[in-house]
Order: sequence, then C-alpha cells, then structure tokens
Amino acid sequence: MISDESPESIIAPPRRLSLHLGELWEHRELIYFFTWRDVKVKYKQTFLGIFWAILQPVFMMLIFTFFFGRALQVSIPGMSYPAFVLSGLVIWNLFSSGITNAGNSMVNNANIIKKIYFPRLIIPISSTLSAAVDFFFAALVLGAMLIYYQQPITAYIFIAWPAAILLTLTGILGLGCWLGALNIKYRDFRYVIPFLVQAMMFLTPVIYPISFIPYRWAEILVAINPMFAAVTLFRAPMTPEPIEPALMFISIGANLLFVLFGLLYFKKTETYFADLA
Amino acid sequence: MKPILEINQISKRFLIHHQNNHSQLRDRIMSTLRPAADPEEFWALKDVSCTVARGESIGIIGKNGAGKSTLLKILSRITPPSGGHIITRGRIASLLEVGTGFHHELTGRENIYLNGSILGMKRSEIDRQFDAMVDFAGTEKFLDTPLKHYSSGMQLRLAFAVAAFLEPEILIIDEVLAVGDAEFQRKCMGKMEDVTHQGRTILFVSHNMTAVKRLCTKCMVLDKGSLAYLGDTNEAISRYTFANQSLDKVSFEHPIVKSVAFALVDQELEFRINLENYSYRKPPSVGFVIADLMSNKIMGTNPNFSDSPMPLVPFTTGTVTIRVRQPKLRNGYYKLSLWVGDGQADFFEAEDCLEFNVEGMINDRLHPELTNIGSVYPETSWKINA
Repeated sequence: MISDESPESIIAPPRRLSLHLGELWEHRELIYFFTWRDVKVKYKQTFLGIFWAILQPVFMMLIFTFFFGRALQVSIPGMSYPAFVLSGLVIWNLFSSGITNAGNSMVNNANIIKKIYFPRLIIPISSTLSAAVDFFFAALVLGAMLIYYQQPITAYIFIAWPAAILLTLTGILGLGCWLGALNIKYRDFRYVIPFLVQAMMFLTPVIYPISFIPYRWAEILVAINPMFAAVTLFRAPMTPEPIEPALMFISIGANLLFVLFGLLYFKKTETYFADLA
Repeated sequence: MKPILEINQISKRFLIHHQNNHSQLRDRIMSTLRPAADPEEFWALKDVSCTVARGESIGIIGKNGAGKSTLLKILSRITPPSGGHIITRGRIASLLEVGTGFHHELTGRENIYLNGSILGMKRSEIDRQFDAMVDFAGTEKFLDTPLKHYSSGMQLRLAFAVAAFLEPEILIIDEVLAVGDAEFQRKCMGKMEDVTHQGRTILFVSHNMTAVKRLCTKCMVLDKGSLAYLGDTNEAISRYTFANQSLDKVSFEHPIVKSVAFALVDQELEFRINLENYSYRKPPSVGFVIADLMSNKIMGTNPNFSDSPMPLVPFTTGTVTIRVRQPKLRNGYYKLSLWVGDGQADFFEAEDCLEFNVEGMINDRLHPELTNIGSVYPETSWKINA
C-alpha cells in the first residue's frame, strides 16, 4: 500500500537561500484558504460587511474634496478633483491595507508558525491577496463614480490598470515581507507600520498631482517610492497630464529593490521564525 | 528496504540572551555602542541519532525539558537543527497540537477545511473524507455554527477528527491524548492503532506510559538533550521511571545485596534489587512481603511459589527486577521485606527494610486512598437481578 519510492528529503541546518517556488506552488490551496479566512474573518460580525471596503475610500474622498480640493484650488487637467482623489485613494488603500496586513501577518499567525510547517511566504502572500479582495469592490465604486462624472477614459486602461495593480502587489510583497520578518524579531515594527503608511501617503501623489511639487529634487525624492509609478499609471488613462519616464523608472526600480531585499531578508530569517515568535 | 527515517547526530543550540522580553530595537542600537555580554549557550538536543524502519512506532519519553518537543519540531521542519541531518523517505504530517489554525469566528465546516489544509491535506482529500470526519467528531448538528459557540470538548473532537484522517507515511504526535474525556481518548487510541496496523510510522511523545506501551514497538528516552536509551518499550519506560521518579530506595551494607529501589511503572509495582559478586551456582532467588504501615502483611511471594519462576541466566553482578501487576494497591505508604537466597538457603534477610509510596496504581479517582476498607483494590463487576 505504501510505495518504497517515496522521495528522499533532508532536514539539515540551513545553508542556501532559495525561494522554493515549486513548494509554494504545491501549497497553492493553502494560499487560497488563508486569503479566504482573512476576508471572511474581517467582516464576520459586522453589520455592513464588505461595504466597509467601499465606505472608507468614499468618506475619505468627501473629506479631501471639501477641505483639500476647495482650500488649495487644485486643478487636474481632464479630471474632476473627486474622481482624481477617489482613484488615488482606491489604489492607495490596496497598498496601505496590504502593507498593514502583511507587516503584521507573521506575528498574527505566530501560533500556527510555531506548530506546523508550510512555506512561510504563504502568509504575507495571502494577506496581500486578501487586501486585493477589498480593492476589487472599491474599484467597482470607482467605476460607478467615473461613469457618473462622465470621465473620458482611454483604451490605455487595459494595460495601465493591470500594470498599476501588479506594481502595487509587488510593492506590498517586498515591503510587507520585510516588515513582517522584522516584526517577528522586533515588535517595535507593530508601531512603525501605521506611522510609515500614513507618512508614505502624503509623500505619494495620492491627493495632489505631482505637478504640485515645486522642486525637482523633491520630485525625485517622491519618486523613490514603489507606489509613485502605480498611482501615476492608475490615473494615466483618465488624465492627459504628461508622465515623466525618468521618475517612473526610479519608482519601478525602487519597487524591484524592495521586492529583492524584502524577499531576501524574509528567506534569510524565516527558518528561525518559530524560535523567535 | 531503506529506513523511512534516519536521524543523524541531530543537535539544537539556543542562545540565551539574558533579557525577558522580545528583542527590542533599542537593545540592538545600544549593543552597537557597547558590546553585549556573550549569550549563554544551551543545547536542547545533543547528537541524537536513531533509525526508524517502515511501520515502526517509536515512543519518545523523557522529563519536561529533555528535548522531546524540540526533536519533534525539527522533524516537522518548524525549526532547523543546529547540527546533524535527518533523511526522510515519506510524507510527514505532524500534530504538535490539535486544531492548529482553528478560528473562533468561522463555522465548524469552514474550520475543517482550513485546518485540513494547514495540516497539508488537499481540498479534494478533505471533500472525500468530510463526512467521515464529521461522523468521527459527532458534531453534525453544529456544522454551520461558529466555533466560538462550541464547548471545549466539541472543539477538541472536531480538531482530532480532522487530524485522524491525515494519511501520511510518518505521523508525528505530541501529547495530544492528554486532553479529552476517557471515551474520546479511547476512540483516538483506536484510530492511532489503526494507523500503525496500516504499516505507517508513528513518532509519539507522551507522558502517558500506558498509551506509549500500547502504541510503540520501540522507545527513545531523552535526558537533558541526549539519547539515554533506545530500544524495547518496557525497558525504556522502566528506565525512565527509575531515573526520574523521586526514588524510594535503600542501600545495604551487605557483600552481595547492595540496594533495593521501588517505582510505580505503568501502574505496576516494580522493585529493583542490585546484587554484586554473586557466586552461587543457581541464579538468585528473591522473596518479598509487602505490608502496610501497621505491619499487617498484605501479600508476598517468592519464585518457588510464583507461576513465573526466576529466569535461569548466569549471574554475578546485576539487577533482579520484580514486577507486581496484581493485586492493585490503593494510594498510600507500604513497607517491603526482602529475602535473597540461592534457591536452597537465604543469605540475606531484611524485614520492613524499605518504605515506599504508591500513588496512581488504581484508576479509582474518587476514593484512591480509602484504606479503612483495605489497601487492596478488588476488581469487581456488579449485577442486579429483578
């Protein structure tokens, strides 16, 4: 009944860094179940349920429109300010909730990590994906809003949106893995994450256009940010505002570096998560 | 056939940084300014080796902190070893606790899928076994109720039901039987025995010696991170008990009979008599009488009366072990008298030489010490005819 050809595997002190993508693929169902659990648990015992995913960006849009849009007289070529802000907030919320989820995911799942083995990368990946579920519903509202404002949209959307979403997800994964691993070791990061997310929001052109920044050096500084390219691309089909390739390259480069260092740090420390958690 | 598991000189070292909390960034920053004191090394496991053949069940016993759980964690890949390596030739599933990942807000049905998946089952496997799991747990009516409304017993049954349907080639179990009511424990033991009969391999950590004895063909005794004994289960259990119980022991100033020690092993009385320089032709013959503290004799025998006589082995120095299965004694203090001879005449005699404490030989949880009705516990059955 039991075959003798079971594959041999070796448990030894860790030596080589490898992503073990094959193993990750074998556990794809677990990614699904963790994502599903996170989404399900998040809205259990809430009256409004998934509507929270929609309400939050809509309220923020109203606040920013009334205070920021009016007071500072921001004008965006080809877009009304509410549509501009909501589109920025929707993609930004994907990033911010993704980072918050992924950054705390390892600590939140410490009791599982200590009791059973599976590729640890599954945890930040699932929490990233559970943020994407909220994004999907928020994007529906954004769509309705764009139709209401009769926003002209170019066909470019079919490339720009997937690219923007992909960049956001990789940004979350890179930074989220890094923060998640650090959080296991230094619980200080539990307090760093909300602060970091808030600071990054104001350093990213979410509620203001990049043209709002008066200095060149400040523009470059703002572009060293994985979300700069994502937010810009997300709005690109709707506004004729020119995109500066140099800034895009800086942002995408920063994004890739975060992924690289985030995953490296995660893989380097993951074998000891159970000892530290 | 190659062994299913080869454990080669596995060691695990922990560094103890002398601080109570989780490491803080502050410490890290401070330590760049002034070098911190060298952390203390602690070896949770040191050079443990063992080979496990297919279908063998290995018990792992030892005191708390002996390294049992660390060994299981290394085998389950939760933590890496610091040295040595393990070769496995089969799918491993580990149950270091039951219900890992259970979430209180999710329903029973949802938790079955989540937990099964965490334990490494495919969705199709869970689908296929779902009804059997629910049946095993006996929680059909509450399948769509959130787990937080379950009693702790129900949660446990559900958790064990999922685990019971794992089909690995190597199953690693840590002390999960210590929980649940007697009826459910019986069910679990039965399930685990099935697993061994199917030719699967079990590694089983437990403090419950009866369970270890029932399940395991071989046993590993760990002591302070090292392998103290590997082999026959009965011998392992008795060594472990003698090494770790606060012993009732007495030494003699006698040329041959050196000491006698008592321990309750697996609900049996065990006496070990150490002999040296024994030079008679026939093997030693040891007789004993057990009395209560008022010196009322309760029972006694010697190999000539006994239905299992002394084995005939050449003997000069070593241990004579007496085991008493029946009758069972209630909790309390008793006294031992001892006679040692060569089968013809006694050369050693010591009345009431050892006072020993029996605790837990009987399963009467209500009145274990009711000695005013007698120290011996009768096995009875009751019947009413009407």
